[in-house]
Amino acid sequence: MSSQEIPEENLPAGQDTAHGAVKVADDPFADPGLPPHKPRIQDIDERAARRSERAVAFMFTLSMLATVGFIASYVIFPVDKIVYIWPLGRVSALNFALGLTLGAALFFIGAGAVHWARTLMSDVEVADERHPMAASPEVKAKVMADFAAGAAESGMGRRKLIRNTMFGALSLVPLSGIVLLRDMGPLPEKKLRVTLWSKGLQLINMNTHEPLRPEDVAVGSLTFAMPEGLSEHDEHFQTEIAKAALMIVRIQPEDIKDKRELEWSHQGIVAFSKICTHVGCPISLYEQQTHHVLCPCHQSTFDLSDGARVIFGPAGHALPQLRIGVNDKGFLEALGDFDEPVGPAFWERG
Amino acid sequence: MKKLSARRRHPLAAVVVLLLALAATGGLYAAFAPAGTAKADETAQSLAIEEGKKLYSVGCASCHGTGGQGTTDGPSLVGVGSAAVDFQVGTGRMPAQQPGAQVPKKKVIYSQAEIDQLAAYVASLGAGAITPTEGQYSPDGADIARGGELFRTNCAQCHNFTGEGGALTYGKYAPSLEGVSPKHLYEAMQTGPQNMPSFPDTTMPEKEKKDIIAYVQAVNSDKADNPGGLKLGGLGPVSEGLFAWVFGLGALIAVAIWVAAHTAKAKKS
Repeated sequence: MSSQEIPEENLPAGQDTAHGAVKVADDPFADPGLPPHKPRIQDIDERAARRSERAVAFMFTLSMLATVGFIASYVIFPVDKIVYIWPLGRVSALNFALGLTLGAALFFIGAGAVHWARTLMSDVEVADERHPMAASPEVKAKVMADFAAGAAESGMGRRKLIRNTMFGALSLVPLSGIVLLRDMGPLPEKKLRVTLWSKGLQLINMNTHEPLRPEDVAVGSLTFAMPEGLSEHDEHFQTEIAKAALMIVRIQPEDIKDKRELEWSHQGIVAFSKICTHVGCPISLYEQQTHHVLCPCHQSTFDLSDGARVIFGPAGHALPQLRIGVNDKGFLEALGDFDEPVGPAFWERG
Repeated sequence: MKKLSARRRHPLAAVVVLLLALAATGGLYAAFAPAGTAKADETAQSLAIEEGKKLYSVGCASCHGTGGQGTTDGPSLVGVGSAAVDFQVGTGRMPAQQPGAQVPKKKVIYSQAEIDQLAAYVASLGAGAITPTEGQYSPDGADIARGGELFRTNCAQCHNFTGEGGALTYGKYAPSLEGVSPKHLYEAMQTGPQNMPSFPDTTMPEKEKKDIIAYVQAVNSDKADNPGGLKLGGLGPVSEGLFAWVFGLGALIAVAIWVAAHTAKAKKS
């Protein structure tokens, strides 16, 4: 903008300032108001408006067709049909068709609505003046006076017996709802504290479903075991394995730092619960050189050579160890259940 | 005499004498020394061990010790067996580039023949896992579905459900299993390289290893069915969520900006 375009009153006052009389415009930041309304081509040309109308209707029709296509593909494509579609690869024909048609159906509703609003609906600018929200002082004073009068008439302040018994009644009512929560299920009883393991149960390899011998378990190897008598086809398999899951590693006895861990092992073969003590994720990310076990959920790390102590992360307890030995047939067996509850802590865990 | 002594002090005389002496020593050694060992060892196996020992002295001894006994820079190789060597050198992990949390897979610098010789030498140091034959690791005719079950029980905790790999503690990680040969998959399960635990035949029989190899090969192949569409690295909710936030939300924002930026007025201002 060149200096010629600046209005006279916006230029510095110059000589006048020396005399202390500054000339200021009455309102230097006057509200410019709304810009003049400009019409769209559709407002002027009826043919353009009809074109827009047809375009909007076309998009809504496409959406209808896509919905019909969605229902048709749901009927036509079998669930397991696989087709090759570049660049996705070999994908399910059903999933692809459903996603595409539903996406198109929703997109064309939106696109049609946007096009309709932009080209055909009135776009005349409207200013909506706001009003102050505060109530007038008279109204405020009246409300306060009414409240004070009501409080005095009820006698809340004077008749304390009524007031206190009312508070008691109101606070006791929700108890009924809390008592009903008891119906949500039977109490856990001892279920959180016991697992399927007990004295004399053999350790069954979860790969081969055969009992494990101590000589099967090499130093540096990782094996998973379940208690003898449990089968993957049992009705309660998942419930039971969720507590009884066991990971077995073998550590050189001289590398085991915790005395009790060594005592509860069989020649360095140690059996620990596979359930993280933080929130119960299955953990078996075992590093055979460091003997660390990492939980993939929240990075709790346990040192299996030191009583499965927590060395990092949010877990609050060491992993429970199962005391094991060898029975007279030469198989590994449990010498009892875990001596503490497996998995995450709970209120009464102690 | 003056001329003769001057010629004797020719500046290159000392070099010539040194070269002659070196040639004579080397020639004598070549004539006598190898002849003695060649007579003693005649079988191909001991030749392989001999060749392997030479390769070992050059490439491995600085960290693993001159007799494979290990040093502060590298573990003992006594009893690791030929399978471990075939895996470590055959995937380029060994020789290691630098010490660190984990030695990564890289370009293989030895030929398979040299790897076999190295393996023969290390196997001669102490009994260990033997390099598997093709009959052992070939996934032909294996049960892929059972392999998937076994993979999820034994491997998925670190290597992810489809073998994409994942992070471990302090900079260690489980590598991706994509493109790993059946032989190296077998050897890894057999020997437990670096921090990976081993899955010996006593707890995971050969047949089950084959099933697992068949599963890994099938799930990562181009022919694998992918009902959900784009795999996005097969890393689960993290990459899927990122994709939705970046591309899904990004597209919505772009459309919103486009709608607002393009005026529908007849006279563009």
